[in-house]
Amino acid sequence: MTATVGNVSRRGFLGHIFSAGALVIASPLVPKVKAAGTWQPSVYLGIEPDGTVKIVAHRSEMGTGCRTGLPMIVADELEADWARVEVVQALGDAKYGSQDTDGSCSVRDFYDRLRAAGATARTMLENAAATKWGVSPEECRGQNHFVVHAKTGRKLAYGGLVESASAATAPQQGAVRLKTPDQFRYIGKEIAIVDLKPIVTGRATFGIDARMPGMVYAAIERPPVMGATLKNCDDAEAKQVKGVERIVMLDLAKPPYGFKPLGGAAVVANNSWTALQGRKKLKIEWDLGEHAAYDSADYKQAMLDTARKPGRVAREMGSVDTEFARGGKTLEAAYYTPMLAHAAMEPLAAVAEFKDGKVVTWTCTQNPQAVQDTVAKAVGIKKEDVECHVTLLGGGFGRKSKPDYVAEAALLSKQVGKPVKIVWSREDDVHFDYFHSPAALYMKAAVDDKGHPTAWLQRSVFPPIGMQGNPNEEYGGFQLSMGWTDIPYPIPNLRVENGPAKAHVRIGWLRSVSNIYHAFGVQTFTDELAAAAGRDRVEYLLELIGQPRTIDFAQEGMKSARNDPKFPFDTARLRNVVELAAQKSGWSNKKAAPGRALGIAAHRSFLTYVAAVAEVEVHGSEIRIPRVDIAVDAGRIINPDRVKSQFEGAAVFGTSIALMSEITAAGGRIQQSNFDRYPVARMNQAPFETHVHIVTSDAAPAGVGEPGVPPIAPAICNAIFAATGKRIRELPIKGQLS
Amino acid sequence: MIQLTINGKPARFDGDPDMPLLWYLRDDLALTGTKFGCGLGLCGACTVHLNGEAARSCQTPMRVTAGKRITTIEGLSATGEHPLQKAWEQCNVPQCGYCQSGQIMQAAAMLKTKPHPTDQDIDSTMQGNICRCGTYQRIRQAIKMAAGVQA
Repeated sequence: MTATVGNVSRRGFLGHIFSAGALVIASPLVPKVKAAGTWQPSVYLGIEPDGTVKIVAHRSEMGTGCRTGLPMIVADELEADWARVEVVQALGDAKYGSQDTDGSCSVRDFYDRLRAAGATARTMLENAAATKWGVSPEECRGQNHFVVHAKTGRKLAYGGLVESASAATAPQQGAVRLKTPDQFRYIGKEIAIVDLKPIVTGRATFGIDARMPGMVYAAIERPPVMGATLKNCDDAEAKQVKGVERIVMLDLAKPPYGFKPLGGAAVVANNSWTALQGRKKLKIEWDLGEHAAYDSADYKQAMLDTARKPGRVAREMGSVDTEFARGGKTLEAAYYTPMLAHAAMEPLAAVAEFKDGKVVTWTCTQNPQAVQDTVAKAVGIKKEDVECHVTLLGGGFGRKSKPDYVAEAALLSKQVGKPVKIVWSREDDVHFDYFHSPAALYMKAAVDDKGHPTAWLQRSVFPPIGMQGNPNEEYGGFQLSMGWTDIPYPIPNLRVENGPAKAHVRIGWLRSVSNIYHAFGVQTFTDELAAAAGRDRVEYLLELIGQPRTIDFAQEGMKSARNDPKFPFDTARLRNVVELAAQKSGWSNKKAAPGRALGIAAHRSFLTYVAAVAEVEVHGSEIRIPRVDIAVDAGRIINPDRVKSQFEGAAVFGTSIALMSEITAAGGRIQQSNFDRYPVARMNQAPFETHVHIVTSDAAPAGVGEPGVPPIAPAICNAIFAATGKRIRELPIKGQLS
Repeated sequence: MIQLTINGKPARFDGDPDMPLLWYLRDDLALTGTKFGCGLGLCGACTVHLNGEAARSCQTPMRVTAGKRITTIEGLSATGEHPLQKAWEQCNVPQCGYCQSGQIMQAAAMLKTKPHPTDQDIDSTMQGNICRCGTYQRIRQAIKMAAGVQA
């Protein structure tokens, strides 16, 4: 097995991925597009006459393992020998379907399609062998790179069948036999990622590593506040820096901001360092505009105030007002979670060349088709004339779906007439993020004499992602379905609301998005109710989830409910992960002691059911997390080790959110700029060990990259309460225990 | 003119002596295994060996490299089979992989002086290297495997 990200320059288009003579099918069930000689039975795979199977990874690899997992699906149905598979990274091209690698949907959205692609090719090879042998195709089986005729023991290698298979018509859908799960060769097996060796030897190509002949380097001074305008730019000193070639003024973005490059003053130089040195010498005066009034401390208080006022109702059953008015016992709490930056280890980077009305770019992007769109609009060409090569991504977490940085490189190349490399400094990366929203949450419940809620009101307030399209958008829209309107508790009186908040910075999605604050609110408040009732947290959580059932949200008061028959909300699966996490963590045997306790939280997101138990030790203001147990039901698993690693990583990501990370603003400017003031979890702060327990399931595969994150912060905070009696209602915890 | 040795080969530099080694490696020599992460010595992604000791190349001006031996991830082992590299593969450590060059170089320097590191040794040495994907648990496991200490 080999893999290329390829600096294969212009030869990367599909017709050149495969050599003359390979078998290459335009959509799984449409007859082949023949690239001279190669048989390509699908856009996702091709077979060379020498037997090499090339599988196209059309989604972006940012650490989730999808560049290995998706080809495993194809190879499995194809009955390819993994050792003879070459993974080729796709260019941005709509023919692959969505390449937007976010929302934890690479496997979920492509599992069936990739199986069909592999199975179709295998069927055509089986048919070709049957014709050669003069036997029924029914008697022929693809098996580890050969077609085998079991009755006679004859076998033909795949490579030798390419010519005849590629001349045949692709079979109809019904004529393609998919494997049964017991026949899977790779699906469900642990396979090392295809880039493992290049990574540990420093030879893997990330966006920041991509080079083009004759390229120059640029650093851009961007408007420090959203919507700021340029009053004056004195570039005389910057031009004096040895190695600086020129200063280019880029138009400033106007709302709606979408994925537009922000614009500013670009210093073009002979290397990255010189460009950064030149940028320091720019003297720019900005008119900061309306968002200069943005102060995140005031904004936080305003959001908390808003959260206590009636908002828009997104889901309602019964009447919480009537129940609250009965005069029984009620509990209420308000929560706050801060703005966050993605801070992937690889800052944003791209190299692009504008030449003859076309753009070629190499970049670390989660969404190469958005690169095509954004670059095309920015430089004024057609989308088809943007050739986007996707490198490995040094982390993404949602930021690298938004290709403003790629457009910067393309715009500059157009101006300077050479390929331009853009590398954002860490400070750029933090200041000009599309931030994870800060959020305020208000929760109120009426409880009966057993402490069970008879009415439950929850209201969230956060500046929405919708601001990208409409800068005045104040309501959450689709984000409310992320762990808020889909609260699974069968409480007879339930109301879910959302209050308004206007954005003063660019807002975007960050690993698990709104599930972060929604899970924090719901799972902390659940723990508060359990504590008030004096109950065991696990038992109480299970009681709130209720008896196993499939939730029909339309019947349970959700406006615009869409019940997905493939992915029903099955509370039995949620209960199961709660029980599994509790059992594996030793919940019933580890009684809380002063300064040391367990906490639990459970949350379904991206159609995956997750429960986390965190064990914490608190010494004064110091928090240690010796152990985290995470139980996961994500349906069918492709590569179990990569699923485990995603949840191990989520425990660390969630720890950063719980303990330390926070972005603030004053005077419209972001106050953090690097890992000193925007800390993320280091080895000595991360959970010492995380145990991931995967539920074996035949259900449709669901998300993996994101769903581990939401339960971590509430599990940690619930454990802190159990250990110390201190209830954490605001994140990060930083400083609250001293 | 600054003369130094990089991965066993002589190299020369006649640019701005204040330029950090990181950019000389990456931009001039195309040795891109050494990564840029923060530019302030806060994340460890740019870790190389300077005369055998771990150094943050983003904080190492070219002027201090004169006459020094620099080893980058590309030069850690001719075959990519340093015990840590093998352990990293065995434990499937990397997720995105971006920080791993720096992690491996940091760990390799540690094992020279502490061939049998304790958990505390590993924590105190490796806490300067951030992994945003959160592979710390496997990094620890791989270091112990390479060092032959009980995991």
